Amino acid sequence: MYHLGNLVKELSDKHGRERESLMPILQGIVERHNYLTDEAMVEVAKELDISAAEVYGTASFYTFLDTQVRGKYVIRVCKTITCSMKGKSEIIQTLEDMLKIKVGETTSDKQFSLIETNCIGWCHKAPAILINELPYTELTPEKVVEIIKGYMQRK
Amino acid sequence: MEKRGLNKVDLIFEKVDPKEVLSKAVKMKSSEIIQQVLDSGLKGRGGAGFPTGLKWKYTAAVKEPEKYVVCNADEGEPGTFKDREILDKVAYKVYGGMAIAGRAIGAKKGIVYLRAEYRFLLPQLMKELDSFHKLMKDISFDFKINFCLGSGAYICGEESALFESVEGGRGEPRNKPPYPTTSGVFGKPTSINNVETLVTAMMIIKHGPESYSQLGTKDSRGSKVFSISGDTPTPGIFELELGMSVQEFVNEFGDGDTKAVQVGGASGFCVPRKRFPYTVIGFEGVPTGGSMKLFNSSRSMYNVLHNYLDFFAEESCGQCTPCRVGCQQLLKGVQKVKKGEVKSTYLNELMKLADTMKVASKCGLGQSVGNAFKTIVENFREEIIY
Amino acid sequence: MINLSINSQRVSVQPGTTVLEAARKLNIKIPTLCNHSDLCVAGNCRVCVVEQTGAKTLIAACAMPAAEGMDIQTNTLKVRNARKHIVELLLSEHRSDCTKCYKNQKCELQALANEFAFGDTIFLDLVEDHSYTIDRSSPSFIKDDSKCIRCQRCVRTCTELQYISAIAVANKGLHQKISSFHNRPMSHVVCTNCGQCVNRCPTGALVEKTYIDQVWDAIYDSDKHVVVQTAPAVRVALGEDLGYDPGERVTGKMVTALRQLGFDSVLDTDFSADLTIMEEGTELLLKLKKVLVDGDKKTSIPMFTSCSPGWIKFIEHKYPEFLSNLSTCKSPQQMFGALAKTYFAQKKRLDPLKVVSVSIMPCTAKKYEADRPEMRASGYKDIDYVLTTRELAVMIKQAGIDFRNLEESHYDSIMGDSTGAAVIFGATGGVMEAALRTAYEIVTGREVPFKNLNITPVRGMEGVKEATIKIEGCKPEWKFLEGVELKVAIAHGLVNANKIMKQVRMGKSPYHFVEIMACPGGCIGGGGQPIPTSMEIRKNRMKAIYSEDEHMVLRKSHENPDVIGIYKEFLGKPNSHVAHELLHTHYVERESY
Repeated sequence: MYHLGNLVKELSDKHGRERESLMPILQGIVERHNYLTDEAMVEVAKELDISAAEVYGTASFYTFLDTQVRGKYVIRVCKTITCSMKGKSEIIQTLEDMLKIKVGETTSDKQFSLIETNCIGWCHKAPAILINELPYTELTPEKVVEIIKGYMQRK
Repeated sequence: MEKRGLNKVDLIFEKVDPKEVLSKAVKMKSSEIIQQVLDSGLKGRGGAGFPTGLKWKYTAAVKEPEKYVVCNADEGEPGTFKDREILDKVAYKVYGGMAIAGRAIGAKKGIVYLRAEYRFLLPQLMKELDSFHKLMKDISFDFKINFCLGSGAYICGEESALFESVEGGRGEPRNKPPYPTTSGVFGKPTSINNVETLVTAMMIIKHGPESYSQLGTKDSRGSKVFSISGDTPTPGIFELELGMSVQEFVNEFGDGDTKAVQVGGASGFCVPRKRFPYTVIGFEGVPTGGSMKLFNSSRSMYNVLHNYLDFFAEESCGQCTPCRVGCQQLLKGVQKVKKGEVKSTYLNELMKLADTMKVASKCGLGQSVGNAFKTIVENFREEIIY
Repeated sequence: MINLSINSQRVSVQPGTTVLEAARKLNIKIPTLCNHSDLCVAGNCRVCVVEQTGAKTLIAACAMPAAEGMDIQTNTLKVRNARKHIVELLLSEHRSDCTKCYKNQKCELQALANEFAFGDTIFLDLVEDHSYTIDRSSPSFIKDDSKCIRCQRCVRTCTELQYISAIAVANKGLHQKISSFHNRPMSHVVCTNCGQCVNRCPTGALVEKTYIDQVWDAIYDSDKHVVVQTAPAVRVALGEDLGYDPGERVTGKMVTALRQLGFDSVLDTDFSADLTIMEEGTELLLKLKKVLVDGDKKTSIPMFTSCSPGWIKFIEHKYPEFLSNLSTCKSPQQMFGALAKTYFAQKKRLDPLKVVSVSIMPCTAKKYEADRPEMRASGYKDIDYVLTTRELAVMIKQAGIDFRNLEESHYDSIMGDSTGAAVIFGATGGVMEAALRTAYEIVTGREVPFKNLNITPVRGMEGVKEATIKIEGCKPEWKFLEGVELKVAIAHGLVNANKIMKQVRMGKSPYHFVEIMACPGGCIGGGGQPIPTSMEIRKNRMKAIYSEDEHMVLRKSHENPDVIGIYKEFLGKPNSHVAHELLHTHYVERESY
């Protein structure tokens, strides 16, 4: 909480304490902690003098401002039509098998979350995913395995 | 029907010297810039197609010291990825276009609203922005740009939803009027333009409007960057003159078995093979922000429609009845028809619902859901039912 | 002026007028749902769409400003088809169990369905696809998401009128809903239970928690003596749910009806309102002495009134550092409750265990107040059940009473007498006026220097009202107040309460005494009053309150013979030890979210 309160103050000092500062502050928290805890949203509400329900209502609108638990690496698999046509299902299957979780879930060591998302703008190199902010394209199950192994080996 | 054939163009990605163009622009009068853009016939390249010159003219006319230029980089229409490429390759031209827009309308501040999915571009974009600001200082051109990041909401590509998001709220479209030209971001007169529109505007100032206006058709002047994907041997980004027919497009980009082309993404129109020769890609035919998807005969148009409806049901902001509930009804409806749980004639009711959504929805998202729905159901009815 | 034509009829309007308002000028009715006269324009339900010649899409009449030369048609085929579809769409995501719903026949969606969508259902049921929640955690109201049509009136109310924003729109698309902070139960967030959202909800998504059956049970239990008290604001609004116009006083008939319903003792909250004035007036004067004479740093002013439980929960959440500024007096409801099972039971030789204490309130927060753990001064739960004005009307209808043709009657005695000062508690500024009528006379021996005792500066619908009264010619024991310019303020609606508190927090508050009511208009606009509500309706109710006051013989709290009696026989004097035990309370610091 001490850590979190400091982060919120830091972000508020950087972006301001107006209503328009809300998005960059929430984005900053997600960048550091992967998702928004209730404590985080309450801290932001206090710092910006807006209601916690308002903070939650705004955050929950945006797909990338998760209010439920997310892991260190959030894998977003595109499910829009071209990626769907070009093998998204195999990619999902591979990831589910490798990480031992289903779409929507987070691994118990809080390292990986697997979710589906809508068009991320790589249709010509489908199927594509984002891991946090980085895109990975022209995927095959084999490539996916390599990529995830790489993340698993990170410290 | 005016047709131009398939012609490749190299304008957007052409390397220019920003100092040269911007030094020229800073000395021009607002009215001169606006006249050139009007003469070029440039219409918005994000898909809505509003004449850019007119937009700048109306915004310029408002007496208000604080105005904004907003660059809509929230490219989210399925199948559109050309703005990403433009930002990746020629960001300095986007900034230059914004500065020129600023000069035209009397704005000193610009905001780039970048979608969360393109966040990985940010470090590079900020470096380019630094250089841009240095250049602007050198040539005494008073215009500063800030970035605002999206957080994953297709609807924030809608202009007033984008403003709501910048202001720290949910991306819920506003009532119009007032329009952005009088009351946009922070309630100030705003010209919100697509990434490609701004780059094009800069090129028009560089080259003058004549050459651009010679391209395209009467209603769709100039050229456009297309993002092509699906069943094609050559997916990718291509800059083409406007006004070609879908047939000509398929001849170039199809895989020989093209059954349908979805022009304009999920909110666009599905053109079936039998209509290819008679459909022009442009504002007088099927308009597009660039998304072109080809489907061959192995694809189920039911899957395509289902995918689009699922997309809209999720991405709708949810505030207005026709869109929030209509999208769910269309989706559940086609599912039930497919499963045989309701009579296939129920599709006729859904077609009427699509018409209601088109006229009663609060914003373009709800108003466009019916485009794909109607064109796919009309032309591929058997695939939905059986 | 702007000239436009609606259904081929010409009308001229001021700039800024909407098409909806212009149509009203012509008496052309355009159906609406998300629109509410107390709230900003939303334009999201799309029920009010009409056709504008030359426009590609239909336009929302509530949001479109009238423009010169506009040509509007409100009933074309295109409009009718769209309207029918929109109502059908709303019905498809709404759990329609009208026959069992509390809002049956009072639901705006039901009315629209009856006008535009009767016959076969066109669309598929979507209710089964959503896992809607019903939140019954609050003692005051029930939030049933399965009936919500997302008009956002509740959210706009909670934000614009009540500031607290306990609910907000969450998620998007098919998951969009009205939610508290992270879906927490309403009893676990900053909700003040004021019920203003309940007043504006068009469907049964937000309704009060009813206790009608429990009260009937008590009435039918021959073993129990059921005592009922009625708040001042009830008597000027009850009629609206029984066929009367807003602002008609039905006090006498209400008392008769209560007897016919079977209540054993029909008493008046106004009695304890007078009592509150005695306690609170004395408390104020003692506080002023501490501050002005003794220089006591620990005593803080301004002092705030404490009879509005919505306001109390608000300050407990948002400004807990100022709880010591609150009067320690209970609300009239709770003072009554403490006395019903002690003083009253003694006087009537009743076993307090067999006394059931019921209150009829214009309020939903009072249901929460009655449940507060500290409200057991009598040794039992001081108030057993709180019914809203609306619930009373239901009971009267259930009993088949022909209300209009009832004879008028008077309240029972011992705790049934009251003064005009008590009845004005129902309007914003009323507590202040009542307090001043008594305090001024205690201090100076003279009546307040206002014609007919009507202290008009504290009356009216302005959000924050201020007044200054110079105290001159004091009696010897009050000479420390000689020449003091007593500065008072009155706020109603929590958004205005917040304005006052912000000033207090900044250390800039110039007032000695502040009256705060959670609800716009004061209790006459309370969360338990008949629906619909509007500024005009509240103004009419307010007029009726002051009319009641004018027609009463006694108009100052300290003249109430029942009040004089209770002090003589039971309490001793204001702020005595007994009074403190029974009639005063303490408050709780709560989390700010």
